[in-house]
Amino acid sequence: MDILKVLHDLVFDYTLRTVALGAGTLGIASGALGSFAMLRRQSLLGDAMSHAALPGIVLAFLLTRAKTPLVLMAGAILAGWLATLFMMSLLRTTRLKQDSVLGFILSVFFGFGLMLLTFVQRLPDARQAGLDRFLFGQAATLLERDVITMAALGGVALLAVLAFWKEFKLLSFDPEFGASLGFSMNVLDVILTTLLVIAIVIGLQAVGVVLMSAMVVAPAAAARQWSDRLGVMVVLASAFGMLAGVSGAVLSSTVPHLSTGPTIVLVISAIVLFSFTFATSRGLLWAGLRRLRQRQWLQMEGVLRDLYLLARQHDDSQHPHSQAVLQAMNPGRAGIAHTLNVLAQRGLVRREENGEWSLSTEGARQAQERIENETQDTTMEGTS
Amino acid sequence: MSPAQVEIQLIAAITAAACALPGVFLILRRMAMMSDAISHTVLLGIVVGFFITKDLTSPYLVLGAALTGVLTVSLVELVHRTRLVREDAAVGLVFPALFSIAVLLISRYAGDVHLDTDAVLLGELAFAPFNRFAPFGSDIGPIALYLMGGILLINLFFISLFYKELKLATFDAGLAASLGFAPWLIHYGLMALVSITAVGAFDTVGSVLVVALMVAPPMSAYLLTDRLSRMIALSVAIGVVNAILGYWLAHLLDASIAGSMASMAGITFGVIYLLAPERGLVALARRRARQRWEFAMTMLAIHLFNHEGLPEASQENREEHLSQEVRWAPDFAARVVSRTVEQGWVQRQEGSLNLTELGRQRAKQAIAG
Repeated sequence: MDILKVLHDLVFDYTLRTVALGAGTLGIASGALGSFAMLRRQSLLGDAMSHAALPGIVLAFLLTRAKTPLVLMAGAILAGWLATLFMMSLLRTTRLKQDSVLGFILSVFFGFGLMLLTFVQRLPDARQAGLDRFLFGQAATLLERDVITMAALGGVALLAVLAFWKEFKLLSFDPEFGASLGFSMNVLDVILTTLLVIAIVIGLQAVGVVLMSAMVVAPAAAARQWSDRLGVMVVLASAFGMLAGVSGAVLSSTVPHLSTGPTIVLVISAIVLFSFTFATSRGLLWAGLRRLRQRQWLQMEGVLRDLYLLARQHDDSQHPHSQAVLQAMNPGRAGIAHTLNVLAQRGLVRREENGEWSLSTEGARQAQERIENETQDTTMEGTS
Repeated sequence: MSPAQVEIQLIAAITAAACALPGVFLILRRMAMMSDAISHTVLLGIVVGFFITKDLTSPYLVLGAALTGVLTVSLVELVHRTRLVREDAAVGLVFPALFSIAVLLISRYAGDVHLDTDAVLLGELAFAPFNRFAPFGSDIGPIALYLMGGILLINLFFISLFYKELKLATFDAGLAASLGFAPWLIHYGLMALVSITAVGAFDTVGSVLVVALMVAPPMSAYLLTDRLSRMIALSVAIGVVNAILGYWLAHLLDASIAGSMASMAGITFGVIYLLAPERGLVALARRRARQRWEFAMTMLAIHLFNHEGLPEASQENREEHLSQEVRWAPDFAARVVSRTVEQGWVQRQEGSLNLTELGRQRAKQAIAG
């Protein structure tokens, strides 16, 4: 595809611009709020909340007969909030575990919403048309006024996160300490959950119930790999969410038969996969390399040490020994020849003319140092 | 009732029973959300199976779906084992991705086939009687009835055959492993059951509501009993009742049957949550109230016992004195006193209170602990 053409369309094509702006907004909001959810081990709460919003949307329509985004979103937020309260009460008063309660809330609320929705759809009232796009999301049907509502709600949610930054940080990492400082953790919990519900409701119209839960979990999971600082993580998660939203919108507009919601989810899943693999310090690739190097170093150290211990029996720390002797000291161990060659390249051992191996001056010094360190302070071993 | 109505209720009841069986173990093994994940990802198995067989009624689709269910579980475990994210986040990452792939495959390559996302997510039980099962030309009922009946039998067979193993692996996985059972085999077997059940059921009730059928009845049963066998029986019974009541609710409102069944499951759970004999909210509140009275009565008995036979007793055992001494509100104090009198712990004599032999015993018991 032509990049310039895409950029041009992004600015001037009404549909694409609206969809991209909407998807970007939902990505930013869900990324930021999802980070807190993830740190508080509530990743699947988003899943439950997004399903629980459905009856709220339909009830709001039934009561007001209005389809203004703000009214429907208010209904959704109320339902999500009720669901959270019900969940907390179940967890407090019964022995049911969190996963059961989440599954119950998500399926029963959704079923109730579905019952209401089908009930409404059979009423002789044409105004209900289009309510069902909250189920699966239809980004292509987003209108400018939808996007304005989304942006306004998202902006409020982000401002609230900024205003309560310090408090939310306490809530996420050390609620007991926060409570001892005099903050009411219950109130903060309710505020943060409400904000999460808002972020989810923003996205429902665009990507639908099922895929919205991915937008809460995935940006945060990707961002978590790159930083241990909350601020960096929240900003990164928002950026990933926005990137996925906009590029999903662009991709689905350029490739035929590619619905926006699933495309956005696949883009964010790709970002997660990339982050899992390549993220500095936590990434699987670097961790694998590190493990490989550690293993190599352990083997080299073992051979150096064996050579040193053998040589010490001869009053000469550089007395040569054959590879067979080394092998005999480590029965069943493979790769000694390779390790010896690597050591030779580093100038720590040398190969005598008769094929035996001896330590160089530097090798002897290092081996001696190791052994002395070990006997002085065995507790250091694990940390080096 | 028309024959179609009977058939729909029969299918609903059998589906509910088939879902409740593996659901019990999901609840006990803290894996309820796995049913949500699996019920979505089996769609991928069906789509891929369809591309291979080109036939939507092929039994291989069920096999494909079961495999995707197991694949989902192993992917979640793989992601979790990297220790980069917690298990719940791993679930939330894996299933939307697989589900998205399935949805995109359908919309891109199977747009003209009867395999649309709405039907899969929501299901339509009302249409189930239209698909007849007619081997050798004789109509013997709807296909869904035989499909779900078969799945119910498979579930029953697996659970009764491996009842002991499932029980042990659920409540004490360590012991099960040390005795030589393979907990992972049981685990994956169970996940395969969940997948097969989800595939069979989502045709009729839709994938989200499969979760309601799997989770809600066992949760209700869990509030009623501590015995596994009873929990299984109760779950099946509650599921069947929900299905039938849900059907009539839908009939009344002219709404989605699956949605009404899930709503009914919610209502049943709500009633049980409120009224369960030992764990219900009402029982909880009554137990707390009773404990409060018992505590107060024992306090009074101890107070009187401590001062019995001492010079200050005539002062300490007066009813008015209680509100100062133990800081009870006067009317509360009066009610505690009248309760102790009723129970025969205390006798009133001209405004002062004296312990009976029974009251003295109670006080001594409480002090001795």
